[in-house]
Amino acid sequence: MRHILAVLVENNPGVLTRVAGLFSRRGYNIDSLTVGRTESARISRMTIVVSGDDQVLEQVTKQLHKLVDVIKINDITSDQYVDRELVLIKVGADPAVRAEIMQIVDIFRARIVDIGRKTLMIECTGDEGKINAVIQSLMPFGIKELVRTGKVAMQRGHKFTSINEIREDD
Amino acid sequence: MKLSGAEIIIKSLQAEGVEAIFGYPGGQVLPIYDALYGSSLTHYLVRHEQGAAHAADGYARATGKPGVCLATSGPGATNLVTGIATAYMDSVPLVALTGQVPCDMLGKDSFQEADITGITLPITKHNFLVKDVNDLARTIKEAFHIATTGRPGPVLIDIPKDICVKQTTFKYPDKVNLKGYKPTMKGNKGQISNAVKLIGAAKRPVIYAGGGVVVSNASEELFRLAELTVSPVTTTLMGIGAFPETHPLSVGMLGMHGTKSANFAVSECDLLIAVGARFDDRVTGKLDEFASEARIIHIDVDPAEIGKNVRVDVPIVGDVKMVLTELNGKLEQQQSSEWQERVARWKDKYPLCYKENGVLKPQCIIEEIYNITKGEATIVTEVGQNQMWAAQYYKYTKPRTFISSGGLGTMGYGLPAAIGAKVGRPDSVVIDIAGDGSIQMNIQEMATAVHYNIPVIIAILNNSYLGMVRQWQEIFYERRYSYTDITGPDFVKLAEAYGALGMRVTEHKDVRPALQKAIEANRPVIIDFVIEREENVFPMVPPGGAIHKMLGG
Repeated sequence: MRHILAVLVENNPGVLTRVAGLFSRRGYNIDSLTVGRTESARISRMTIVVSGDDQVLEQVTKQLHKLVDVIKINDITSDQYVDRELVLIKVGADPAVRAEIMQIVDIFRARIVDIGRKTLMIECTGDEGKINAVIQSLMPFGIKELVRTGKVAMQRGHKFTSINEIREDD
Repeated sequence: MKLSGAEIIIKSLQAEGVEAIFGYPGGQVLPIYDALYGSSLTHYLVRHEQGAAHAADGYARATGKPGVCLATSGPGATNLVTGIATAYMDSVPLVALTGQVPCDMLGKDSFQEADITGITLPITKHNFLVKDVNDLARTIKEAFHIATTGRPGPVLIDIPKDICVKQTTFKYPDKVNLKGYKPTMKGNKGQISNAVKLIGAAKRPVIYAGGGVVVSNASEELFRLAELTVSPVTTTLMGIGAFPETHPLSVGMLGMHGTKSANFAVSECDLLIAVGARFDDRVTGKLDEFASEARIIHIDVDPAEIGKNVRVDVPIVGDVKMVLTELNGKLEQQQSSEWQERVARWKDKYPLCYKENGVLKPQCIIEEIYNITKGEATIVTEVGQNQMWAAQYYKYTKPRTFISSGGLGTMGYGLPAAIGAKVGRPDSVVIDIAGDGSIQMNIQEMATAVHYNIPVIIAILNNSYLGMVRQWQEIFYERRYSYTDITGPDFVKLAEAYGALGMRVTEHKDVRPALQKAIEANRPVIIDFVIEREENVFPMVPPGGAIHKMLGG
């Protein structure tokens, strides 16, 4: 089963290596990992998608906790949450097919962010299923280049994975 | 007043109460060595940086205080790696300081540059690269805090040369503030109550004690637990000394080379109380059959150890000493029953044994060492057969008197660790029980022992084989002794060449006089015991086998 972990870490040099190294060394599989600063410059947040049964997840969580730079871990899989990915797709677009591509872009509420002589660059955000669908739909036109971010996720409602909450703990 | 980074390092170490450092100078640590010169810290110059790491480790295990080692950048730092990994696997509090090329040279493949924080990432509890002299004192404070608290472990601080030269005002912080590091010390009350219930209901309890008991200084509490629950006590290799082996409830070590009584007791118990132990494969053998009839209580300070290898019924995360104190306070005195008698019968029926045949036997040497030191010595070991015989045939009664590389199994650990142990506990007789293979891996440290006149005794059990590997080849590879027949130097002459006392013993009758002479010599001694070449360590559980199915013994 896939789990989504929201992880707050000290924004120290090497923290990504520590986390990624832990996963590879202990043989856990990362499906995706995203990282960026939070509202505090000293703290970053990772969203890690990891596959494994409950026992593996328990070990992943405990081992992550042992890293001194890791401040907080929330497995939000069983909560209500919003998750998003962003993708940029450069797709082959001769004038003859541009209208068709633009229609697909509309359907997915994606956006065209750049136009080349023979290409269009499309930006799309959404959950994983939607991103996969938009890629599938554009495939026939010839995808020249693609980059996607991996998942970011946040719990709905009055549940937090935040430093404010940690301050309260203190 | 402003101090240089190097002076700040020395002042910080003093503030941490450090007395001894084991190290080796080099280009990038010149400023640190300059600050050391004339300071109150005693620095021991080893002959190889690996020796520095092991000596600091031996010092830490013998005293319970953090060990400190120091090396230069690049090869100096990489030479520490095996020693750091050894300390990591056995949860030893160690602070390793390494020099590094100046900040503006980092990442440019500079002379003697190695990414030692990257290299030691998986074998340190934490590590630091200091890039601002203003962070130096705080970093050292945090390093000692992390190394010594919770589940102890090695911490490395990599310090570029320019940081040692730059100046700033020095103030050693009073406390640390690490958001992501707060070890759980106190056990959960609900789980402790559950443990009390399980203990009350158990008919056949066994205590399985590991290195965590020694680390937590919880031997007295363990003793009380054993007496309250009338439980047979078995220890792991790392737990040796946590419970007196002379006590009627002691069944000795369990696992691959454990006693039959310990392995039978664990296999048939209905309650296993695991204290500061981690269900290592050398202990459990085949997991499905390990303590298969038992409910399990697992007490450990490291939450990640609980449920890692076996499912437990009652997990208690916390410091062993604190948890046992609380648990003991809630327990009622249990009564001895048929179970304790049965275990006692196993003990009588299956003592550790070996056959005398006129050739000098390694087991009898260990027994003589026990007799002559009355069990009061600090025994350090190398790795292999020597280590197992030392674990089996000496009766340990006190914690920190058996010092051995358990988790990593590092050959070459013994001599430098013995030097560190002797520095930490100068009043104790320190004996390194060695093999002729292992001793040659860090033999250069004889020069260190002689230079500082650190009177360690090296008892080489010399069978001219890499004995443990040979034993496996004999049993599992049809006696195809592939590259295990090893020629050593003349150890007596070697001892003399280093300026130590050398002796050779080939007969049982000479063992005791030689040991007596070595103890009285009060200087480094090598005794070359020429033993039966193909003696095996028994009992033995084949790897992956169930621990009650033992070969030999």
